Amino acid sequence: MSDLTTLQQTILADIANASDEAALEAVRVGALGKKGSISALLATLGKMSPEERKTEGAAINLAKDAVTQALTARRDVLKSAALDARLASETIDVTLPLRDGPAELGRIHPLSQTWDELTTIFADMGFAVAEGPDIETDDYNFTKLNFPEGHPAREMHDTFYFNPKEDGSRLLLRTHTSPVQVRTMLSQQPPIRVICPGRTYRSDSDQTHTPMFHQVEGLVIDKGSHLGHLKWILHEFCKAFFEVDNVNMRFRPSFFPFTEPSLEVDIQCRRDKNEIRFGEGEDWLEILGCGMVHPNVLRACGIDPDVYQGFAWGMGIDRIAMLKYGMADLRQLFEGDVRWLNHYGFKPLEVPTLAGGLST
Amino acid sequence: MKFSLSWLKDHLETDESLEKLADKLTMIGLEVEHIDDKAKLLKPFTIAEIVTAEKHPNADKLRVCTVNVGDDKPLQIVCGAPNAHAGLKTVLARPGTYIPGKDFTIGLGNIRGVESQGMMCSAGELGLPDTIDGIIELPGDAPVGAVYIDWAKLGDPVIEINLTPNRQDCTGVTGIARDLAAADMGVFKNPGIKPIKGEFPCPVKVTVEDAKLCPGFALRLVRGVKNGPSPEWLQKKLTSIGLRPINALVDITNFLTFDRARPLHVFDAAKVRGDLTVRRARDGETLLALDGKTYTLDSKVCVIADDNGVESLAGIMGGEASGCSEETTDVLIESALWNEINIAQTGRRLGINSDARYRFERGVDPVFMVPGLELATKLVMELCGGTPSESIVVGKPYGDDRIIDFPIAEVKRLAAIDVPFPEMRRILGHLGFMVAGSGPVVKVAVPSWRSDVTGKADIVEEVMRIFGVDKVPMTPFPRGDAPRKPVLTQIQQRTRRAKRGLAARGLVEAVTWSFISKPHAEVFGGGAPELALANPIASDLSDMRPSLLPGLIAAAQANAHRGLSDLALFEVGQIFRGDRPQDQFMAASGVRRGLASSAGSGRHWSGASAANALDAKADAFAVLAAAGAPMQALQIVAGGANWLHPGRSGTIQIGPQNVLGYFGELHPRTLEALGADGPLMAFEVILDRIPDAKQKATRAKPTLELSAFQPVSRDFAFIVDRKVLSGDIVRAAAGVDKKLVTAVTVFDVYEGKGIDDDKKSVAIAVTIQPREKTLTDQEIDAVAAKIVVEVTKKTDGTLRA
Repeated sequence: MSDLTTLQQTILADIANASDEAALEAVRVGALGKKGSISALLATLGKMSPEERKTEGAAINLAKDAVTQALTARRDVLKSAALDARLASETIDVTLPLRDGPAELGRIHPLSQTWDELTTIFADMGFAVAEGPDIETDDYNFTKLNFPEGHPAREMHDTFYFNPKEDGSRLLLRTHTSPVQVRTMLSQQPPIRVICPGRTYRSDSDQTHTPMFHQVEGLVIDKGSHLGHLKWILHEFCKAFFEVDNVNMRFRPSFFPFTEPSLEVDIQCRRDKNEIRFGEGEDWLEILGCGMVHPNVLRACGIDPDVYQGFAWGMGIDRIAMLKYGMADLRQLFEGDVRWLNHYGFKPLEVPTLAGGLST
Repeated sequence: MKFSLSWLKDHLETDESLEKLADKLTMIGLEVEHIDDKAKLLKPFTIAEIVTAEKHPNADKLRVCTVNVGDDKPLQIVCGAPNAHAGLKTVLARPGTYIPGKDFTIGLGNIRGVESQGMMCSAGELGLPDTIDGIIELPGDAPVGAVYIDWAKLGDPVIEINLTPNRQDCTGVTGIARDLAAADMGVFKNPGIKPIKGEFPCPVKVTVEDAKLCPGFALRLVRGVKNGPSPEWLQKKLTSIGLRPINALVDITNFLTFDRARPLHVFDAAKVRGDLTVRRARDGETLLALDGKTYTLDSKVCVIADDNGVESLAGIMGGEASGCSEETTDVLIESALWNEINIAQTGRRLGINSDARYRFERGVDPVFMVPGLELATKLVMELCGGTPSESIVVGKPYGDDRIIDFPIAEVKRLAAIDVPFPEMRRILGHLGFMVAGSGPVVKVAVPSWRSDVTGKADIVEEVMRIFGVDKVPMTPFPRGDAPRKPVLTQIQQRTRRAKRGLAARGLVEAVTWSFISKPHAEVFGGGAPELALANPIASDLSDMRPSLLPGLIAAAQANAHRGLSDLALFEVGQIFRGDRPQDQFMAASGVRRGLASSAGSGRHWSGASAANALDAKADAFAVLAAAGAPMQALQIVAGGANWLHPGRSGTIQIGPQNVLGYFGELHPRTLEALGADGPLMAFEVILDRIPDAKQKATRAKPTLELSAFQPVSRDFAFIVDRKVLSGDIVRAAAGVDKKLVTAVTVFDVYEGKGIDDDKKSVAIAVTIQPREKTLTDQEIDAVAAKIVVEVTKKTDGTLRA
């Protein structure tokens, strides 16, 4: 065995035995450094004859290549082992509980959600949204809507009034959103197609009534709208709002001062504890009142009832929200109980859309 | 309005089933609210006979009975009724039968070790009026095994309809029968009423002082009557609808009230002194009415009086003193017309809900005033005998001859149904309308009992409801070529976005009352007299809210009482600063409590901090940004509304004239006034105050300019007085070169060791964005030097070494 071979084996053995990158570097310097053993052999080449140099040079270079390769390989192994060792010491507790982000914590009140759902559905049918003040005149809330003098709804029993003004007139809190219809008809030429959602008030408080509640009314005035259209709109609305393939609706003749003919609408349902299923069952649940706008109302709003006609409807937003989402007690809607709001409320990114579904 | 099926059949010849009649009633506008069908409900209860009754071995008050049920298998039943004895015929429920009076289903029982195979029932257990203590006692000829309710003929179903206020005619069974006949449910039976000739002049005269309160009054005396219990047919009718039979004379008036929608009153003539006057009551007059209560009257009440004083509340309730009893021999029968509004108001004020009021406030058929009196006279003579006087009639029993010109195409125009004219005429004819002509415009005369029908649309409704609302064809209502524009107004958009924006910051939306207590309103600048309700439902719901915060603070406190102390609530809703429409604003407000900070809510391993005034500032800014406010134009001024902590609050404005809102920590005095524990952070933004954005012709955004030159960032720290606002430092730095300086952020604020007590260090990072060429070091240094000069000059501070 030549010296070179012995040297190479010794170096390779040292490489294999190097336990970390520093030891390996010492081996490299000892072999390939300026004063390294292989570098020293290479330095001897200059003193050799060309033939000798040819054979010896090739042999030394082979040995150098072998050492270089072994160094690289060993370095990769040691580097990888060192990384593994470091990573093995770097651990975290992945079971630490997270804190809810704001988009998880925040809630939209079910009434706001329902409001957005209604608007989305009716906007698609071409309805604009009209609003008016909560504090109204007797004229807009009653007289122009064909409530006769002495009608029970005008009593202090039913309606919240403010104190009389010097001229004897007194303002009131609107008892329905119909004054918005009046305001719309007085300020706009037909054709009219609006919904009027809003807050309304009646002097009433028990299990199923709160002195403040919310209504949405619809109004259509043009030259050809009739009860058949009204039926269709309400049917489409109920299907869309309750998110069912079909609802069975029952239209019954009824009476309201501001519509003639007047109808009440029931939807068929099955009640099961706090859940109500629509489109099946034996029960009829009243959900809204509607009818053709009374000629006296049209006249009071400057519209000729022999030229124009139209219909209107009204329903309780609180009520349909409770039906849809299974909320049992009306009063809880206004109590601000965070437990209730967290449970029945909606997350801010749950925005009702027609494309994505109202509540999914 | 309640009536029994057999009563209906007095006026409607029909073979239709109860179910079909009920469905039809609902579908023609007489909504059936409830059907009490005892025949169906009580069908399982049969007649049984107690054969033996022995004392229960283990209980003194129980008996073990052997009961014959009509077959060869007697039952053993344990019974606790005191009247259970051998030989008694009574009513039996077998196991599995629902007991309506007790709301349970009887099963096979074991009572103190003895098996019981059913239950013998009291009337109360069947839901019938109890007359004795114990189980029902039937006569000896009652057939054992028969269905009790059929044998007892108590199975007449009772129908209750929810009558709309326009249908005065249907407060009587005749009106309901007439409607059903028109709807093809049978033949209307309404025999004519013959006048009864008076034998002598009526000795009591009548004066009506105010014809507006009493448009008509008819009176007659029947002399020599023998009053007593009314016959069984009449008693049964009245009890079937829950009325208590009193005596024949009174029962007749109640009968005609329900049968003909004609309330009447009977006076005992012997107790009436002098003549009758219909007049307004005098203030302070009193009347002991037939309900046993004494009412104090005033001039708004219309009464019938004699020389003794008030005898009757006109159209509402009679008086006890002149009422008819079994001793009555001479009876005055009154049939009158009253002013509907006065009756309604009087009834409401006195709190009397009588059957007479129910009808008179809706209005009764004026033409029927005198026939009603004739019919009552006839019944009195039939049931009690006697000799009638002539009638006195004051006022005109008017008919108003309403005739409506009706274009028959109107039915199609409004209701979209094709009703052939003969069918239209048939329907209207059945309802009592007279139709003259054959179109296109016919004349329709309205019957006197339909005061609700005044125009063409009313006629359409009559035709439609009888023809069938279900025949109105559902007709698609296309949206047409209306532009696809947003339908929400700007304020609606802002409201919607503000809500989502706040919820996205972790706040929970509440909806609170529009009215609050006056003291709470006053804390927030409200409580003005024009915003106080004249008739609040409760003292803490008396004044329109000037701010959303009182409601939110109350809600936060209520939640804290429930143990939820870290919470963030908001509301977006209307507030009232005056009573005109333009004084109503849309506000967005929120409160944060405890550890509900912007970073998250509650204690957490990652750190927790109490909500502070700047969290409220962040909320307010989130609302403004979501609602589209010009954020660059907003100015923050230290100090807010007086309900906020003066040193920990700010005002958001665009110039002093347009204050958009406030934020900060609530003033301790505010908390005290509202009874809330603090500290509590709050903000209020008025969405209407946000300036309108400029309308743009297209939706394209401005061209994006990307600089080719790298921005340079330089940090500065200044030592300034603690009172110096960081906003002033930022503004001074940014103002040095509005083109080059594109951003200034505060990255550190330090007070404490190494800094004088009354000083603080504020460190800012300034971004300098070269525009046309890369800046040389000298140029950058020049900008930096100017920043130092400007900031130190504006803030009287120094650059930190």
